[in-house]
Amino acid sequence: MGNLLNIRGLRLEAGSRARPNVILKGLDLELDRGEVLGLVGESGAGKSSAGLAAMGYVRDGVRFAGGSVEFDGAELIGMGRGQLRRLHGKRIAYVAQSAAASFNPAKTLIDQYTEAPRLHGVSGRATAEEDAVALYRQMQLPNPEEIGFRYPHQVSGGQLQRTMTAMAMACRPDLIIFDEPTTALDVTTQIEVLGAIRDIVEQYDTAAIYITHDLAVVSQMADRICVMKDGEAVETAPTKTMLDAPQEDYTRSLWAVRSFRRPDAEAGEAQALIRCEGVSAAYGPMTVLDNLNFTFPRGQTTAVVGESGSGKSTLARVIAGLLPPALGQFFWNDAPLEPRLAKRDPATLRNIQMIYQSADTSLNPRHNIREILTRPVRKFTGRKGQELRARVEELMDLVDLDRAFLDRKPSELSGGQKQRVGIARALAAEPEFIICDEVTSALDQLVAEGILRLLVRLQTELDLTFMFITHDLATVEAIAHKVIVLKNGQIVEQGGRDEIFGDPKQAYTKRLLTSVPQMDPEWLTEARARERSLREAQ
Amino acid sequence: MSRLQKLVIGRVSLGILTLFVVSALMFVGIELLPGDLAQQILGQSATESTLAAFRAELGLDQPAHLRYLDWLGGVLRGDFGTSLASGREVSELLGPRLANTMFLATYAAVIAAPLAVILGLLAALWRNTLFDRGVNLTALSAISMPEFFVGYVLILFLSIKAGVFPTLARIDSATGLWDALYRSFLPALTLILVVVAHMMRMTRAAIINVLASPYIEMARLKGVPRWRIIVQHALPNALAPIINVVALNLAYLVVGVVVVEVVFSYPGLGQLLVDAVSSRDFPVVQAVGLFFAAVYITLNVLADIISIMSNPRLRHGR
Repeated sequence: MGNLLNIRGLRLEAGSRARPNVILKGLDLELDRGEVLGLVGESGAGKSSAGLAAMGYVRDGVRFAGGSVEFDGAELIGMGRGQLRRLHGKRIAYVAQSAAASFNPAKTLIDQYTEAPRLHGVSGRATAEEDAVALYRQMQLPNPEEIGFRYPHQVSGGQLQRTMTAMAMACRPDLIIFDEPTTALDVTTQIEVLGAIRDIVEQYDTAAIYITHDLAVVSQMADRICVMKDGEAVETAPTKTMLDAPQEDYTRSLWAVRSFRRPDAEAGEAQALIRCEGVSAAYGPMTVLDNLNFTFPRGQTTAVVGESGSGKSTLARVIAGLLPPALGQFFWNDAPLEPRLAKRDPATLRNIQMIYQSADTSLNPRHNIREILTRPVRKFTGRKGQELRARVEELMDLVDLDRAFLDRKPSELSGGQKQRVGIARALAAEPEFIICDEVTSALDQLVAEGILRLLVRLQTELDLTFMFITHDLATVEAIAHKVIVLKNGQIVEQGGRDEIFGDPKQAYTKRLLTSVPQMDPEWLTEARARERSLREAQ
Repeated sequence: MSRLQKLVIGRVSLGILTLFVVSALMFVGIELLPGDLAQQILGQSATESTLAAFRAELGLDQPAHLRYLDWLGGVLRGDFGTSLASGREVSELLGPRLANTMFLATYAAVIAAPLAVILGLLAALWRNTLFDRGVNLTALSAISMPEFFVGYVLILFLSIKAGVFPTLARIDSATGLWDALYRSFLPALTLILVVVAHMMRMTRAAIINVLASPYIEMARLKGVPRWRIIVQHALPNALAPIINVVALNLAYLVVGVVVVEVVFSYPGLGQLLVDAVSSRDFPVVQAVGLFFAAVYITLNVLADIISIMSNPRLRHGR
């Protein structure tokens, strides 16, 4: 029995009562005062719903269908709206995934901070404002006296997330629900936010439920971890035990995903398929890419890594011909590559294909899979009739999809299956070069691993050259032969995978690599110590 | 110059340009009207030579584009010309009528706009309850009936049967304020019934749209009461569409009163316009039309500017 929160046999349902869609099927959770519980699971596991249910709250269309949620001795299910309101914000607070969307755009940050203390009669505006500034300072926000008087759009993502944590702290609650608070942030920003959250939770001895899909992150934050799958708790154990000796198969498979490495990473020297000489690109007056020089070796995977705003997606647009470079030139097999898409000859168009991050938005929802694949095959290869049908079926085999899916719409497929269709569509043109733009970012880790394995297999079978754009360094380590590190539109460093990961030369690359959370619970402490000594050295 | 100033200047210049285009269109429209003013005034028995002399005297024999430029020059100097039918200065004719129309429009607006917004907020707050359905049903019924019908129904019940308000809204410069408010209550009520529904439903829809945002859920999880969420968190972010629909309806209160004024014999611009059109008195038609266009455009430009200002991203740069 936890002495703060006890969830027993909690069942949540959505949809019709006759044929309900069950979101949680009998979840048990308990939490002591001052304890941090990590809730881990893939999308659809029900972890966000569980977090909200711990506040006695369900989203529209979802209902409590059994079990109990007991907070500090009081049953929250069925509690009156007014009573519940007196708990929310005062004794139980919430920190959402996207701070940018969860702050009211029309009000200043400090206005939103002081709202809960004033409403709950904890303090007046003036006291609450002083308190806000003190918390902002503790969260190491720049200009703590002034930052609260800005509007949400005037503050960066990492700062907003810390401001939101401060807001949750405003009434010094007993329990805070953190719902994926760092998922939308870059790795170097994530460290600061994780550190700030952990400090503040420790200092005020607040209990917390920390929801995330990232095992490495949760192992930094939680005293205890609960792994969820399909609305149920699979396994719960103290963090150290969970990391060292996971009991259940599902937990072990989650742990193992991170160890995937391509077997043929040492591909050695290869001729350049694409060479880039002095390319710069700009959106209007804003330079986005600045004098880039690199090659994509034939038959290999070159990963382009960088944080948001580094220009990696713009580089893909330039190579694809969507944004002609302002300066410089690309060469395809040593012949100049036409910069404008509209002027490229059919062979060039066929040879350069793209796979997108979101298969949801890049596949036409009104076409079935057969139509989606048939059109590029006909257009690029000129096949007709029986030959065309055979090729479409062959493409399905290539990406390990059942041919029966050909007559389905994209909405009837899972995320991973849709991404396989996206890959098959790129292969339909029989290209030599494929740009993969964050192709695994929207997928769960187990599914993402399957996609990576597929890409590696296709590369060897079809001698493809990949440009692999990602912000996720674990993915890079799994799949790349060569790595290019981008920052603010410039190449910071490039080289073979082992060279970059084993012996990075540039300070930024080192920082990027050490910012990736590790499964070691001590990682955050060590990483912050390193950051601090680095800052002091400067 | 800031982005906001640029936007505001852009909107205002566009408004002025629109006004010019409208004035030209109206001129062409009047040219296309069948019938002849000289014939109308002098009667069927007038000889060809008297008609010609009369036309020359009024400048009707000039080509249309010259007359338009002449008229436009006068307007820019503040001279709207003289009424062809009565021979009086157009501005003199317009003055008291304009005051009456503005009085009636303001009367209706002061009640209708806050009422509609408050009803809209309450309907959003008590969404899908009996209150919500009741308000929607009443407002929709009112808007579905033509305004002359609403006017006559009000006259029948409130004036003839109950005898509370006068049938005719006769006011002049000697009428005192309270008396004027009392006498023009029925036309004002008719206008209110006609415009409230539109504004109320837009307010309700805009608020409900915003209620789906993550920051509303955040506010709920901070323990903010529902009415406070609607007023403090949803309303500021729903202002732009609400302001626009309010402006559109305020403009209608000025421009669309013609029928209501006729029903209640209210001495406003609408009556004047109807009379002027039937007597082909185009300086008066032009002046009234130009005024209506100016009101319409000004209110819309104002609404544009206020909704731009209600966006914190534009008010406060990065």
